[in-house]
Amino acid sequence: MLTMTIKRLATAIPSLLGVVIVTFLLTRALPGDPAAYFAGPAATPQAIQEIRAKLGLDKPLIEQFARYVVDLAHGNLGTSLTTGQPVATELRNRLPASAELTLLGLMVSILIAVPLGILAATKPNSIIDHACRLISTLGVSLPVFFTGLILIYVFYYLTGWAPAPLGRLDVFYTDPPHVTGFFLIDSLIAGQPDTFMAALKQLILPALTLGIFSLAPIARMTRASMLAVLSSDFIRTARASGLSPYTVIITYAFRNAMLPVITTLGMVFSFLLGANVLVEKVFAWPGIGSYAVEALLASDFAPVQGFVLTMAVLYIMLNLFIDVLFGLIDPRVRLEA
Amino acid sequence: MQRRQFLKSMTALTAAAAVPAPAVWSTATAQSRQETLLVVSESGPNNLDIHGVGTNVPGYEVSWNCYDRLISHEMKTLPNGTPYYDKSKFKPELAEDMNVGEMSATFRLRKDAVFQDGTPVTAKDVKWSFDRAVTVGGFPTFQMSAGSLTKPEQFVVVDDHTFRVDFVKKDRLTTPDLAVIVPCVLNSELVKSKSTGQDPWGLEFTKLNTIGSGAYKVTNWTAGSQVVLERNDNWKGGPLPKIKRVIWRMVPDAGNRRALLERGDADVSYDLPNKDFSELKSDGKLTIISTPYSNGIQYIGMNVAHPPFDNVKVRYAVACAVPYQKIMDVVLYGLGKPMFGASAEAPTEVAWPQPHKFTTDLAKAKKYLTDAGYSNGLPDPIPISFDLGFAGVNEPICVLVQESLAQIGIQTTINKVPGANWRTELIKKTMPLFTNVFSGWLDYPEYFFYWCYHSGKSIFNTMDYQSPQMDTFIDGARSSAATGDNDTYQKDVRDFVDLAFTDMPRIPLYQPFVNVAMQKHISGYQYWFHRRLDYRTFAKA
Repeated sequence: MLTMTIKRLATAIPSLLGVVIVTFLLTRALPGDPAAYFAGPAATPQAIQEIRAKLGLDKPLIEQFARYVVDLAHGNLGTSLTTGQPVATELRNRLPASAELTLLGLMVSILIAVPLGILAATKPNSIIDHACRLISTLGVSLPVFFTGLILIYVFYYLTGWAPAPLGRLDVFYTDPPHVTGFFLIDSLIAGQPDTFMAALKQLILPALTLGIFSLAPIARMTRASMLAVLSSDFIRTARASGLSPYTVIITYAFRNAMLPVITTLGMVFSFLLGANVLVEKVFAWPGIGSYAVEALLASDFAPVQGFVLTMAVLYIMLNLFIDVLFGLIDPRVRLEA
Repeated sequence: MQRRQFLKSMTALTAAAAVPAPAVWSTATAQSRQETLLVVSESGPNNLDIHGVGTNVPGYEVSWNCYDRLISHEMKTLPNGTPYYDKSKFKPELAEDMNVGEMSATFRLRKDAVFQDGTPVTAKDVKWSFDRAVTVGGFPTFQMSAGSLTKPEQFVVVDDHTFRVDFVKKDRLTTPDLAVIVPCVLNSELVKSKSTGQDPWGLEFTKLNTIGSGAYKVTNWTAGSQVVLERNDNWKGGPLPKIKRVIWRMVPDAGNRRALLERGDADVSYDLPNKDFSELKSDGKLTIISTPYSNGIQYIGMNVAHPPFDNVKVRYAVACAVPYQKIMDVVLYGLGKPMFGASAEAPTEVAWPQPHKFTTDLAKAKKYLTDAGYSNGLPDPIPISFDLGFAGVNEPICVLVQESLAQIGIQTTINKVPGANWRTELIKKTMPLFTNVFSGWLDYPEYFFYWCYHSGKSIFNTMDYQSPQMDTFIDGARSSAATGDNDTYQKDVRDFVDLAFTDMPRIPLYQPFVNVAMQKHISGYQYWFHRRLDYRTFAKA
């Protein structure tokens, strides 16, 4: 398996190089002049020129690119102009926030979608099957910001059950000591159960929003893959041998149906990580999505490049992880590889 | 790892995660709300030092509250009861007294003032800070020059507690310019110890640390998410503030900011859409204070260097076609001061902003257009541009103007310019028709006109308006204000206002309001020229 991992990592290098070049060129092709933007409200052309020189934007493109690559090799992603912080630090601080939210969202989604998909597959064209279709269609057709705002309106504004949508922790709590960056885990490590509860409460609504949004692909894929497996010969044999329905469906059918579901999960996860910008905006969540969008609006090159690069690395790692997981779940995949 | 083992361990892991966490509650980490002010706004600072490169407007708020200046303004009370800074009355902050002579001003510093690390504040620090402001370039240097403060030689240390500013020329704006945010006093020795060859003014250090003698200091700053400020109990610049801690959270969604206010979770917010403010106002559950921007106007600009707006009649036609009242009602929900429709005999005042005499009259607009030789309307559609960063107000204004202009035969297309590009577009001075807002920190008519109508290089003369006569009036007002020649000053101000309304390169629409919403038990809001919050006077009942 080690050789396979190394081989897979080697194939990732060209894609990373491509990402570096394309993001650099794309950010340069953006309309708007960062120097004019940051020179302030009453800037004279000289002041703008000064800032342009200070930012190194007056140099030829190829020289800017060389500087960018050298910095990158030193692990320096540059400094954001909008927030004034080094991009690497910001991404490191913000990535756990996004990852925690996305993972929890995905977990919510799995908990609802997988059982729903299995039930729908065991009883095709029943009420449950139609319900599954309806729920997943609704989930995917409601825009996330809309679901988020509705949830806030009902559970915070009207009933007051949920805490104020003010980011990862209530304002009167202090962050738990940084270990993993996941507040749920860090608060447990630090032995602060009340911080854990506070962080969990903040997470519920945004995670639910994300969960509802990502229900559809998981539920549909579970259903389709279960249907295919349930109609195969070995299931008929198992049934004929008098195994209990539970054993047939969960032990034999579901395990064999898991591969496409895992693939979908991987895709949904990476997609959510980038696409939860709107949820982050609505819940004032200090994640990387909102960070990248704000930077984009201000023609702030460094964070955009850093964000795309991070996402690319994440995608590659995730795909690798899923491939390895395949091998563990289904020995046949390993043999073929 | 074996497949079965792996699957088993996964099941175990899921089971472990499903075990509910013990619901033990403690209030150890939850801190008291009573002495804390929770402010929510759309965006936060990108730099804690106003001298930094590209510090944004929220950054000014931090600087204002964390640093002291030599002098500040007294307060006066507006008819609606809001305390409003008095532009002509100064009060000492770091200085004990101020003595303005013919060609210099001398300040005696407070002897008890100390920086937040305990170092006493001396004239040396003041000089170093002012030198920095006029040298670093960009906005701070520019703002200093607006008060004719341009060279380090102008700043003289007389002794440890006496400081003198020498004037390069007489300028009425010099003293007010010492009371704006930029000339703040930093702990020079501390910054020097952190500065490097590449960064001689220590900008990298002050970007992240507030090191003044001011009433607050930033103790936690997570860019884009929150700023926490703690009171400096050793502050000498004024009475000790009542608020011990300010938590300023960025909440990008306006609907949520409103919900937070209405639920009583947030104490203060000041950038909500006009519709929300007008609804909250009629609701009566919160205190809403609306104050007109000092020296600020939202306007429609026309590029006078190119056809068709090089013809003054076409500009008049537009000025007669703008649906002024509709904009006030539908876009602003009444939260603005009209700058149109002054009565025909109203005399021109020595004041700015003041309303012009145009009103919506489509018949008249058509006549002007016919007189200009466009009896069938303009041949080509004209793009009308606005800054997408302030789309909440700009977009409906443009749509209303578009609708109205179509009725007199001027077809327009709407051109949305992203915030990052807006400044680039302004500099080019090529947009034929646009809406924008300008407001000056220093509340003097000649200051506004210098920025917006003078044929110099200012990017706010986006109309590319060039008039030697206008320049003479503006320059005349500036020099007569400096020498105290009041008669000439008044005449020049009247003349330039009249000329602006005769040539009409830009059509003033209204004076926008600064809207602040806060809980009923919060008091002490003051309006400042910078329009941001001054935490020092806030109190919580």
